Amino acid sequence: MTILAFDWGLVIEKLILIAVVVFGSLGIALYTTFGERKVAAILQDRPGPNRAGPFGLLQPLADGIKLIMKEEIIPTAANKWLFILGPALAMTASLMTCAVIPWGSDIELFGRKIALQIADINIGILYVFAVVSMGVYGIMIGGWASNNKFSLMSSLRAASQAISYELAMGLALIALLMTTGSLSLKTIVEQQIQGNWWNIVYQPLGFLLFFIAALAECNRTPFDLPEAENELNFGYHQEYSSMKLGFYLFAEYINMIMSSAIMASMYFGGYDLPFFDESTVAPNIAAMIGVGTLLIKIVLFVFLFMWIRWTIPRFRYDQLMNLGWKTMIPLALFNLLITGALILANL
Amino acid sequence: MSTVDVLFYLLSAFAIVSATMVLISKNPIHSVLWLILVFFAISGHYILLNAQFLAIVNIIVYAGAIMVLFLFVIMLMNIKKDAEPQKQLLVKLTGVVAAGSLLTLLIAVVKQTTQIQDKQVLLKEGSIGLIHPLGQALFTDYVIPFEISSVLFLSAMVGAVIIGKK
Repeated sequence: MTILAFDWGLVIEKLILIAVVVFGSLGIALYTTFGERKVAAILQDRPGPNRAGPFGLLQPLADGIKLIMKEEIIPTAANKWLFILGPALAMTASLMTCAVIPWGSDIELFGRKIALQIADINIGILYVFAVVSMGVYGIMIGGWASNNKFSLMSSLRAASQAISYELAMGLALIALLMTTGSLSLKTIVEQQIQGNWWNIVYQPLGFLLFFIAALAECNRTPFDLPEAENELNFGYHQEYSSMKLGFYLFAEYINMIMSSAIMASMYFGGYDLPFFDESTVAPNIAAMIGVGTLLIKIVLFVFLFMWIRWTIPRFRYDQLMNLGWKTMIPLALFNLLITGALILANL
Repeated sequence: MSTVDVLFYLLSAFAIVSATMVLISKNPIHSVLWLILVFFAISGHYILLNAQFLAIVNIIVYAGAIMVLFLFVIMLMNIKKDAEPQKQLLVKLTGVVAAGSLLTLLIAVVKQTTQIQDKQVLLKEGSIGLIHPLGQALFTDYVIPFEISSVLFLSAMVGAVIIGKK
């Protein structure tokens, strides 16, 4: 059979890697929900969840069991298939991003050189954009299929917000790509390891714009208008119950982790541990140090997301649109111009 | 059959089934969602042709942005099943005959074109679809058409802003 003329070792290796990355991100997301509640508690000067297990560490498991055990309700007037498809799409789209993130340098196992990245495609960062734009569908379909006016309003808000901030995000990114000359995340990280500085030094304004746009894309405060409970009850997932609601809430945390990983890879050296020469230790150990470094960077970014959520109040909708279209896009274009001029001047 | 052939037939079947579903779905929202699947199938074909940039731009622009706007408009319109106008049998029949003739004509033309007989597209090889060669080609050989189309985009943007201000 020539159909099966694959390198089966590669297939198995990739499948294992996918399983590890997907379940790893689910596990981290589980504890991010716990982290969020603890951070909120610290910022509001209260103990936070501390009943289940030591320091409340079993709280996410208790929450998960609670969500699964709840009654599954599909409203009679809802469009049944789309109602189920919505949360599934939201979850899938947020997990798909992890395919192009380089988690570490190559490791050697059983005589094989294994890259700690599911797919090093030469359009890496564009793939992320495509998946992000797919994520909107989960929210839109869910909000529409619920057959609830508030849900629909909220999903329309989510979609217009995502489209508006994708533009600023893309423009901020183009400036970075002009300096790196490559779309592959692996190449971008390797350039930062070999070069003197991380990309944040070359693109401070670009990073700031990217970060703000990422907040908006993840529907995080101060841009969590789709979930503005005082205007829209509960937002696009109002009619959802049980694990379908859980999927929506979970997808938000996974989005946060993935965008942190992408920002860390593009602007903060990815798996590069500063002031440390990886070639002095065995390659496997160096890779593990790299993975640990990237995870620490991700945790720091996620903490920043939470810090902002519990500090800054929500924008009004017109303020959100003004910021996106009238401030961020002109600033991103300005950044593009400056970057282009500096590249021309060979600086 | 090689893997590429298997993928080609799978993607083609996927594209045709989804395109048919676009037409026969009663609910316009379902039609839009099937259309998104068609775009995915077409992007799969682009990847088989090693045109990764085209594939991903197709998803970002068409499946990601334009279809969201379609959904937007359809969701905001209040479409009720019984309020939909029913076309007469004669009109339907005319449509079937016209579309069927067009299909026959297209098949006949493709069948008789000698330039594409016994030729196969470059599958899995060729680098023109990758981002570097594509950029090179656009900014050296095709720079004037490229710039003209960007002016066209600019004028479309200006038009959109003016209409939006009214």
